[in-house]
Amino acid sequence: MRNDITRRDALALGLSAATLAATGAAAQTSNIRAADVPAPKRDIEKGASLRMLRPVRFVQADEDVFRANAAKFTKDTGVEVKVDFVGWEDINQQTAVTSNSGAGPDIIIGFSDAPHIYIDKLIELTDVADYLGKRYGGWLPLAQRYGKKNKSEAWIGLPFGATAGPLIYRKSVLQSVGFALGNAKGDGNGFANWALWSHNASLLDEEGNVTINSKETIAALNWVKELYPTFIAGTPSWNDVSNNRAYSSQEISLTANGVSLYFSLKNDPATKAIAEDSEHQLLPKGLAKVSPMAGLTLNAMVFKHSPYPNAAKAFLQYMMEKDQYEPWLNANSGYWSQPLAAYAEAAVWSQDPKVRLFKDTMNSTYYDGYKGPISTATGAVSADYVLIQMCASVATGAATPEAAAAEAEQRCKRYFRRQK
Amino acid sequence: MSVTTLSSPALAQRQPNWIVRLFDYKPFLIAMCLAPALGLLAVFLTYPLGLGVWLAFTDTTIGRRGIFVGLENFQYLLTDPLWWNAVFYSVFYTAIATFGKFALGFWLALLLNNHFPFKSVLRAIVLLPWIVPTVLSALAFWWIYDPQFSIISYLLVDVLHWRSSNIDFLGSPWPARFSLIAANIWRGIPFVAISLLAGLQTISPSLYEAAMLDGASAWQRFRYITFPMMMPILAIVMTFSIIFTFTDFQLVYAITRGGPVNSTHLLATLAFQRGIAGGELGEGAAIAVSMIPFLVFATLFSYFGLARRKWQQGEAND
Repeated sequence: MRNDITRRDALALGLSAATLAATGAAAQTSNIRAADVPAPKRDIEKGASLRMLRPVRFVQADEDVFRANAAKFTKDTGVEVKVDFVGWEDINQQTAVTSNSGAGPDIIIGFSDAPHIYIDKLIELTDVADYLGKRYGGWLPLAQRYGKKNKSEAWIGLPFGATAGPLIYRKSVLQSVGFALGNAKGDGNGFANWALWSHNASLLDEEGNVTINSKETIAALNWVKELYPTFIAGTPSWNDVSNNRAYSSQEISLTANGVSLYFSLKNDPATKAIAEDSEHQLLPKGLAKVSPMAGLTLNAMVFKHSPYPNAAKAFLQYMMEKDQYEPWLNANSGYWSQPLAAYAEAAVWSQDPKVRLFKDTMNSTYYDGYKGPISTATGAVSADYVLIQMCASVATGAATPEAAAAEAEQRCKRYFRRQK
Repeated sequence: MSVTTLSSPALAQRQPNWIVRLFDYKPFLIAMCLAPALGLLAVFLTYPLGLGVWLAFTDTTIGRRGIFVGLENFQYLLTDPLWWNAVFYSVFYTAIATFGKFALGFWLALLLNNHFPFKSVLRAIVLLPWIVPTVLSALAFWWIYDPQFSIISYLLVDVLHWRSSNIDFLGSPWPARFSLIAANIWRGIPFVAISLLAGLQTISPSLYEAAMLDGASAWQRFRYITFPMMMPILAIVMTFSIIFTFTDFQLVYAITRGGPVNSTHLLATLAFQRGIAGGELGEGAAIAVSMIPFLVFATLFSYFGLARRKWQQGEAND
């Protein structure tokens, strides 16, 4: 069955641009340059149908355009695609169940490190990635890091976009600042990573040895301790929404957050003035070469248990082609930033100047678990708040920098004991 | 022939067919009647519990099948300051919260046992904190304790001007611990109060009448009649209360997630944090299993310490 050839599938991808131009779906003028690269030949299995999961939308337009693109794929290839949107908290668990039971969706778009965790259960997407990379100006550094197997050119994930948390601050006011020091998965780890990376400290070395207990880390922790008195009270109990609330109510005038904060301020008439007075800025580099932010990345995986791997690859490739991807990127108004260099010219980045800096999210060379190989343990360390608790215990005076770094090292070593 | 025809119905009654005989066979009947219950228990209780205990002896992680590692998880926990911290806080939390719940709950039960207008309505209202889903009340407390938007801070700072800065309920260890205990007490009082109220109503008024004729004071009536008569129900309610409190998860997870810096982790939240969020299923299961000795001890203590008094069996109390 799998080797049966239908005529339309091999043509479908190459022709997709033409069919779209004909239907006028992509009537919007496009600045995206696509190199003329032959699409990989691929025979979509006969009678194929796909089921996929992806995280829920930020904005309604995300879901609408995504579904419309999937419907277009069905129209062009005859492959039925059922897309389910899953809550962010649930996607990891559902991926684990899918991968362990060897049943369920063919494709899952998970977060950053997911393909590295389920690597044994996935098919390689190297042909898709190579083609897209050549066609759209190459994959950006963060996309390469999360997409490719460690120390290999084989692609196991296909990044769809990323979102990061730079500084957001008020132009006219400067009072107290606030960074989440509580058990906040996104904002807390973002702050802890920034503190470490901007002092050249890192969780791991290139070989995957735990190097958190270093003099660079101590320096970073001393800096956190110095910074802490400028924080508003209560940050050790902050979770991911606390800084949004404090900024929106003008309790603080500087924090680090994703673009969602800016949009929620801008779209609410009561807080529109705050949005107008706000500006984004990359996290200061310190000793780092580029602003040390690790964007949360949408990362697509195709499971080995899928009976239609070619259809799945064709679908992902189709979704990344400019006729589909560009409208989707624009629909997200800046929440997600492209993994392929050519999409930097998309219209979304010229609309609101305050959102423009998110364009470079995936240019970062920093990632969760920098600078070692990505693994289950790197994800566990951030999910267990190890680094943020190290910073918080120093900031609040509960531990000396040396003691905190040693404790973090002990906890990390426990997580990494099986990684080598 | 006529004789046989006459006696055949009686014969059939004395010698029923095999299926009827089978169901009259006692061991078989017992097995049949127990089977559904045992099946349900095995599938929904024994299996998950057994799996949990098994996992505690493996190094299973999410996404990876583990191998048997014996007591390695437990050995690690004994060296893990965070586990000891969680043990300490679980015991502390249970002790203080149970004491608070019983002191206030008993008091409330005594008050509700009096005659006053709208008695039934008030008794129903008292149950409210217990009826509301825990997550909802936890969210309410989360707002009450919020560092920036706490209603208590607002009253003290902006309305009454008693303080100049907001109270930092959850930002440092001890205030956070006591804030959670206060929330747990608030939530647990109705259960204790209503259960004890039921117990109070079983005490015969004639005992009080007799005591009053003997000139007993209110305190003496409480000390020598109410309290001893309440002992059995106190033991049961306390056992339940200790179990509920020790295994509490929702309040802590929704309000602090174990923070600041792990100071408010209970064993249950630590088990979830390690097992599900951190992905170390084996270690999480080991933490959960480590709760069992504490629970067994607490149950035995309240049961034997409070319930099995000799006087309850009609003997003198020594």
